[in-house]
Amino acid sequence: MERDKGGFSTIELMACAASKMLKDNRSVLVGTGLPIIAASLAQKTHAPHLLIIFEAGGVGPQLPTLPISVGDSRTFYKAVMATSMNYVMSFLQAGYADYGFLGAAQIDMYGNINTTVIGDIDKPKVRLPGSGGANDAGSLAWKTIIIMRQDKKRFVKKVDFITTPGYLTGPGEREKAGLPEDTGPYRVITQLGVMGFDEETKRMKLLSLHPGVTVKEVVENTSFELIIPEKIPQTPSPTEKELKVLREEIDPAGIVLKRK
Amino acid sequence: MVEEGEGELLAWHDPDEHRKWVERNKFRTLKDKRMDLREAVKRYVKNGCYIAFGGFGHVRVPMAAVYEIIRQKKKDLIVGGKTGVHDTDLLMASGCASKVEVAYCFGHELRGLSPASRRAVEKGKVKVASEWSNAAFQWRLEAAALGLPFMPVRVLLGTDTFKRSSSKVVKDPFSGKRICLVPACYPDVAILHVHRCDIYGNSQIDGILVMDFELARAARRLIVTTEEIVEEEEIRKRPDRTVIPFFLVDAVVEVPYGSHPCHMPYLYYFDEEHIGEWLKLSKTDEGVEQYLDKYVYGVKDFVEYLNLVGGVKKLNYLKKLEKLQVRLEAPWMER
Repeated sequence: MERDKGGFSTIELMACAASKMLKDNRSVLVGTGLPIIAASLAQKTHAPHLLIIFEAGGVGPQLPTLPISVGDSRTFYKAVMATSMNYVMSFLQAGYADYGFLGAAQIDMYGNINTTVIGDIDKPKVRLPGSGGANDAGSLAWKTIIIMRQDKKRFVKKVDFITTPGYLTGPGEREKAGLPEDTGPYRVITQLGVMGFDEETKRMKLLSLHPGVTVKEVVENTSFELIIPEKIPQTPSPTEKELKVLREEIDPAGIVLKRK
Repeated sequence: MVEEGEGELLAWHDPDEHRKWVERNKFRTLKDKRMDLREAVKRYVKNGCYIAFGGFGHVRVPMAAVYEIIRQKKKDLIVGGKTGVHDTDLLMASGCASKVEVAYCFGHELRGLSPASRRAVEKGKVKVASEWSNAAFQWRLEAAALGLPFMPVRVLLGTDTFKRSSSKVVKDPFSGKRICLVPACYPDVAILHVHRCDIYGNSQIDGILVMDFELARAARRLIVTTEEIVEEEEIRKRPDRTVIPFFLVDAVVEVPYGSHPCHMPYLYYFDEEHIGEWLKLSKTDEGVEQYLDKYVYGVKDFVEYLNLVGGVKKLNYLKKLEKLQVRLEAPWMER
């Protein structure tokens, strides 16, 4: 992920792109790593009133440093509430979470996510952690944002296991399954670009390319057919201010930003 | 019924059967329940039982009790992996657990995947009985806490996580929409680590509760390990802070730093050096043995263990770290 292009790393670009999607006066359920960095950046730049929620019970913290766990005391530092998972998940189910922010090991064209297993669930090649709060965020938040690496093994025709629902097999399928109406995957951010979902077909669609990345490169790193519009803008580069906040305030030790 | 998950149904009871069990086995007597950890584990953690731990990941997990379970070489435990991280990893690695229900296991969040428990599952030594999400798991506990057979929820729907769970999908008679029913989960025993309690078990937790509020009521037997035992008067001064009342509790064990190497909010932070040592050693079966010989079988109690992991100097550092007074250092951060 460490391709340096003009003074910033790809991972910094991803964090900035993700941060821009989070609007002010909205709520976001975040996981550890890049999601929390992006939410923190949003809060320190364009969205000072972004409400950050952690599944273990932290609501509206003022993060002093990067939390290592979504349950550690940093997640309710100067928060408005330190409560329970039941409380947080209940308000997700009742419609109070605008964004759910997730990572993933595999994704398909409808945004279905796997974080459970690589290979057969009964004979796992690699056993992954499972859903955690991902299925909950992906089922209940109004908009799900996914941040992950893009390559042919990760952007697949069929995920090995649907841990977390995307649009399942197409338009209307979420509602048919009983999931809350008008919810679902919203954006996918990778090291190559930003993807969204076509309103009619609910299929994944390229929205922007990171500086220096070509359409060909994106297609070569995707195993399913991605919708490619005629005009594709470039993902905005991080500003000086964003980079400063990221490097000096949010993750000065480089726990996530300098991770290999 | 519209659809049924194929996961094994575990820790479920008919609500009337559970009520009768409660009537016969749980008493409202105000009684001194203090005992040592050895006794509490011996008495309430039976081979083959379904067990769940309080806290979340590496946060407020009753590690002293986990070590004691391993020391007593308990067998065939079924673990409720409701974000079971360090506890579950050690129980699978040590051969105490043979089955697990998974909402989140096999990973240490930012620190990476768990080598030992992954190996145990990938080689078939530990069986995954069912898959869940965190919300689904805690709603199972909530159902049990309410004395209900199930809880209707709007998660798991449409996914393989549902197919591997022991939930059912029905048509909701009110809205006409499909809804998922997750079965109540009544663990045979739960162990929680709290900030303070009295000798009767009235317990207070500072910071987030995670699922402990529900778990304490869902479990049949409940061991509370505590940073300190306080006078009953202390509890009665602030009854609004009590999250577990005495009549749910079967054993009270005072274990200062009882969550180490995990993190106790407001008191001490993660011992990343120790967690890092475990993650490194647990890459091989020999390493697991080496770790257990040194830190579990090789020490007579938790005090000896705390000295071995760095004693007062280390504990002071972890307290300062929690107060943001020193810089975090972690082996897994080194590059």
